[in-house]
Amino acid sequence: MANLKRTSLYAPGTNPSFMATVPFFNEDCIVYDLEDAVAISEKDAARFMVYNTVRYHRPKDKYVLIRVNGLDSEFLDDDLECAVRARPDAIRLPKVEFPEQVKKVDERITEIEKAAGIEVGKTKLWCNCESYWGALNCQAICEASPRVEAMAIGAEDYTASMRATRTKEGKEIEYVRNMVLMGCRAAGVEALDVVFSDINDTEGLIRDTQYSKTLGFDGKTVVNPRQIDTVNSIFAPSAKEIKYAKRVMAAIEDGRRRGVGAVTLDGSMIDKPMERRAETTLAQAKAAGIKID
Amino acid sequence: MELKKPAVAGTVESCDCQVSIFPNPGQGLDVSVESNVKAIFGDSIIESTKDELAKHGVKDAIVQINDKGAFDWIIRARVACAAYRAAEQKFNWKEVE
Amino acid sequence: MVKNAVGRELPEKIGNYVVKPYKGPGAELDWDKPACTNRVPRLSPAGGSKVAASLKDAIIKSGLKDGQTISFHHCFREGDHIIGQVLTICRELGLKGLTFAPSAVVNVKNPSVIDFVKDGTITNIQASGIRGSLGDGVLEGCMENPVILRSHGARPRAIEMGELSIDVAFIGASAADDYGNCTGQIGPNACGSLGYAMIDAYTAKHVIVVTDNLVEYPCCPASISQMYVDQVAVVEDIGDPAKIGAGAARMTKNPRDLNIAAKCAEVITASRRFKDGFSFQTGVGAIPIAATIYLSEKMEEQGIKASFTLGGTTSNMVDMFRKGQIRVIESSQSFDAVAARAIIEEPNIVEIDNALYADPYTKGSILSKLDFGLLAALEVDTDFNVNILTGSSGEMMAGMGGGPDVAADAAVSIVVVPIVRGRTPSITKRVFTCCTPGDTIAMVITEAGIALNPKYPLYEELKEDLEKTNLKLVTIEELQQLAESLCGTPKPIETTDKVCVVVEYRDGTVIDVIRQIKK
Repeated sequence: MANLKRTSLYAPGTNPSFMATVPFFNEDCIVYDLEDAVAISEKDAARFMVYNTVRYHRPKDKYVLIRVNGLDSEFLDDDLECAVRARPDAIRLPKVEFPEQVKKVDERITEIEKAAGIEVGKTKLWCNCESYWGALNCQAICEASPRVEAMAIGAEDYTASMRATRTKEGKEIEYVRNMVLMGCRAAGVEALDVVFSDINDTEGLIRDTQYSKTLGFDGKTVVNPRQIDTVNSIFAPSAKEIKYAKRVMAAIEDGRRRGVGAVTLDGSMIDKPMERRAETTLAQAKAAGIKID
Repeated sequence: MELKKPAVAGTVESCDCQVSIFPNPGQGLDVSVESNVKAIFGDSIIESTKDELAKHGVKDAIVQINDKGAFDWIIRARVACAAYRAAEQKFNWKEVE
Repeated sequence: MVKNAVGRELPEKIGNYVVKPYKGPGAELDWDKPACTNRVPRLSPAGGSKVAASLKDAIIKSGLKDGQTISFHHCFREGDHIIGQVLTICRELGLKGLTFAPSAVVNVKNPSVIDFVKDGTITNIQASGIRGSLGDGVLEGCMENPVILRSHGARPRAIEMGELSIDVAFIGASAADDYGNCTGQIGPNACGSLGYAMIDAYTAKHVIVVTDNLVEYPCCPASISQMYVDQVAVVEDIGDPAKIGAGAARMTKNPRDLNIAAKCAEVITASRRFKDGFSFQTGVGAIPIAATIYLSEKMEEQGIKASFTLGGTTSNMVDMFRKGQIRVIESSQSFDAVAARAIIEEPNIVEIDNALYADPYTKGSILSKLDFGLLAALEVDTDFNVNILTGSSGEMMAGMGGGPDVAADAAVSIVVVPIVRGRTPSITKRVFTCCTPGDTIAMVITEAGIALNPKYPLYEELKEDLEKTNLKLVTIEELQQLAESLCGTPKPIETTDKVCVVVEYRDGTVIDVIRQIKK
């Protein structure tokens, strides 16, 4: 739980002004983009920019990702050669549909890591679920490689693949949200929710993010820096949750000291899941820089 | 690396720089800079440009840099990109560390 | 050479200018004489009118001579058409060796002030800043005598101590009557508060009101009373309303500036001084305006109201006033059309004399009662010294404004600045020009964290309050290193020994000088 993934912010690989600014917002993860935000004619330029930035001027205290071009695109191979060597924490793969695709990318990354003298397995993967195939194969995709750390939902492409209409309310993505969440939990990877596109609707963002946290998601991709603090604060443990977690841990500690096997708090027994949840809450709070004591 | 045609990389947006590069066969490097930070970083921009070109084996080129306050590593990325475009070659990422 | 209290090397004399080195903030004055004024008692022109045949006629009648001092206010900002007209007439009249003393920065074009320097009409300048072609010319060494720059609070003190002695004051007014009552609040070229013109009206030997809008007697409101005015000159055009006060300033969309502004509002609300009846001054510019809006939201959330806000007024402050969040706005300048109009619309939005705003050597400036004050900066160094005058190549960029005054007198003085602008670092090891001493700065707020000044008297209090929040506290050295790691190490700007500009502190001591840039 050392790395929080509450917020992921994209920085287009050909926009130096924005790339210079992103390290100073409060997002947990920066995604340098070689894909959608970069024109076809500028793919070569974006690789140089992103490589130099991530390799030599990597923002401190951030989880750094590079999003490569699509699995069937002509750019993928150069993207991977460039991106792995830039040594990000993870590579974000767009539109993953089948576990075999992940296995293939995993093998390519291993080759590049070996050639570049990078510890094999160091480069993690985030897979984007952007179609019904991605949703149906979610668990298998997440288990296809030990590199996979998270799966994120891309709602625009997903709804297009479903012939659904994308709405602000999001009933059309209800199922995929739950499905991906379940697949991720089964595979033991983190689950990241869809973007909320209306940057001027703060109320809507709060509602959507609160719902997302209630379901169990670990974080969300944001489209504008102005969304970061709102989303962070919702995904961070609340003061109430932290207080309760501290009481749970204190009760366990107390039980251990007294040599008691079964520990109770407020009359009910503390079981393993409760302990795990309390530990997670405190680790998350610590990672979010919230003062616990 | 031999340059075959003129090429451009980068933009004139703030924090970026536009690098125009021209073949200059047998005439060495000729780098000129326009920049809003020329007084304090002009020399450094020329030095980095020459260094980046040397790294990619470019010995002869005329380079015009229209800088809008780009950081050093952005300038280097733009110079390298322009050079490969001018040489009509794809950069081999296997070469980097 | 002498070294002043901020470590700047200064010559002992610059031409005829005797340097008194800066010794520290809050110094008492070595002065026990009455305040200086050139105002002469004169018999009121009976029954008639003070309207001159023309501006030229008024200047001739004023008796303006070679070597004398003329003054202007800057309330028409970039839209001013008066300075150009007056200087052109002075040149036509063959006047030479004038001292040009506007109340702040002027950057008028067509004609530019530099033209009058080059032909000898002007040989001395005392202002708050110079820029554009005038700034470039001065730093190239085109003037024999150094330009003297002062903050808003320092200028009235210099006038009352005879260091700036005004012979003829030209007071632009968007409405005036034939007996000299005038204002900036009405008329097609309204600029709002005339706060910066008052000290000139009260102390000049001769006062000429210049207007393009002669109204029926008596002009009401009258920001400046007829009792101080010698003549009224009616001209065709005093300014360009589009450049005088554009519409209400909108909230910036720049996420970095919003980030700094949000931190600033959080810092203020985290302070124990943020309670009912607190006071603040934010000012104009992208970050201050956004900070004002965020602060307004937080005040609403927590149900806290301010007693007053001070200085330059923007439409955002007027909005807060109308929501009942601010009880009084003390306005020495109006930054936009909404703020300009608000003075006549709202009795508790008050036009005040700039000396009342910022001069510490009156018996009470309002700044001394201020809780939170924001300052802008071009550069801040690791001693917290602030440069607001010179840019990355040493060029003249802006004016002193009220920065040194706000820093010295507000209980909590806050610099808001991004750590880099493009490739220009804003947090440096040593500012090129020191305008505000670091000892008077409580903290610097940047996108990369907040640096508290350990030497500031309220350091412990601020640290305690801010440590309760999740705001990132860093040292100023960390910010400087971060800026340098991004930008690289800039090549130092080389200068010759010639002093082109003297930067005076509030008490008239010299805090820094700006030397000629080596080409």
